[in-house]
Amino acid sequence: MKSFTYERAASPAEAVAAAARVPDAKFIAGGTNLLDLMKLEIETPGHLIDVNGLGLDKIEPTNEGGLRIGALVRNTDLAADARVRRDYGVLSRALLAGASGQLRNKATTAGNLLQRTRCPYFYDTNMPCNKRQPGSGCAAIGGFSRQHAVLGASEACIAVHPSDMAVAMRALDATVETVKANGTTRSIAIADFHRLPGDTPDKETVLDAGELITAVTLPKPIGGTHIYRKVRDRASYAFALVSVAAIVQRDGTGNVALGGVAHKPWRMEAAEAQMPRGATAVAERLLADAKPTSDNAFKLPLVRRTLAGALAEAKG
Amino acid sequence: MSAPVPLALTVNGVEVARAVAPRTTLADFLRLDLELTGTHTGCEMGACGACLVMMDGVPVHSCLVLAVQAEGAVIETVEGLSERGAIAELQQAFHQRNALQCGFCTPGVLVNAHALLEHGGVPTREDIRDALSGNYCRCTGYEAIVDAIETTARLRAGAEGQP
Repeated sequence: MKSFTYERAASPAEAVAAAARVPDAKFIAGGTNLLDLMKLEIETPGHLIDVNGLGLDKIEPTNEGGLRIGALVRNTDLAADARVRRDYGVLSRALLAGASGQLRNKATTAGNLLQRTRCPYFYDTNMPCNKRQPGSGCAAIGGFSRQHAVLGASEACIAVHPSDMAVAMRALDATVETVKANGTTRSIAIADFHRLPGDTPDKETVLDAGELITAVTLPKPIGGTHIYRKVRDRASYAFALVSVAAIVQRDGTGNVALGGVAHKPWRMEAAEAQMPRGATAVAERLLADAKPTSDNAFKLPLVRRTLAGALAEAKG
Repeated sequence: MSAPVPLALTVNGVEVARAVAPRTTLADFLRLDLELTGTHTGCEMGACGACLVMMDGVPVHSCLVLAVQAEGAVIETVEGLSERGAIAELQQAFHQRNALQCGFCTPGVLVNAHALLEHGGVPTREDIRDALSGNYCRCTGYEAIVDAIETTARLRAGAEGQP
């Protein structure tokens, strides 16, 4: 790991001011992804701003009847929260499907959204990767691409976003709250928060440099049956090949988001309009523009079957 | 190299104050500065679980925590758990059931098993396997490890049930 300087911020204002002052600074919270990337020198910040002391570790009701989840709430605590389990079951299940209990003890809500892809070529500094080193090429295209994207990819990058939590938050229409160094705050719909790779796969979110996530807000509970179904190469502690977050209402309508298939959680309102017609119709619409590689074409039938299984489970 | 930062924390019940470089991980601080080499470093990326320690009451990967981030924290390593007898039954059960071969993963497994059993009750084998999903044992001793943890949980539950 390259050396760096370190400071502890005591407030969000102090943290963003520090980030504005030092150009190659990064925020560190749980560190469960940043530190392994720093060891591999994929991330090489000159300065770390520890945000663990910011007090953003509470889950509070909002005036609109939803929940405001502080950026520093640990994945373990979020999954175990009684309100989350009762009203946002898909989120609790998605969290528990991710990582290991010990990583979840450290990993934070904001950090989970900001984790980097697990594309093996991104991690291998001997290989070209447009995400790690813009302009160097993509070794996954034409390489071993079993885990990679089948939707929304580009000529520059076919990596997938690894988070389970983000897929549930997409199905729940969460909002990401941030603050910038000049004090301005903004609310970003989760649908707009992660970017598709396009020509700049190194830019994974719409956050500006030095912008800090302070919370993730969930709207008022929408009821329904909450399912999170994750398919992976082994039963635990692996990233999704395909995952489905589904919230299904009694009348057969509902919300569906996919994980493991794109550079961001994948949800199409046009596909949800097909819900009353059944899983096949929904999957057909979701996958209409799919462009799999020869290695990951299996993900298309896997999405169809996983979605069918999830919706059948919701019907009971 | 960035200047050392003052660090004060509690390790195995003892208050420790040192100066550490910001890039020193908690695992390296424990092993190299405090010579508590029971905490092992394996994958160095949170996958293998050999470096697990108790931090403020929960098991975490000491390889993915900077030592400076443990300011004010209460850390307990496998040495601390062992010396205060907290894992004596687990150690006995691991010994009896041959739940280790080379032993490299064992400190992390013991820390994790200790955390699991702290919740009380008798976890199912499925619960135990799930709790251990982040502990790699390359001698493939999982069945015996699950046996030993289950035996300990039953022993403790039985002991508590007696008048």
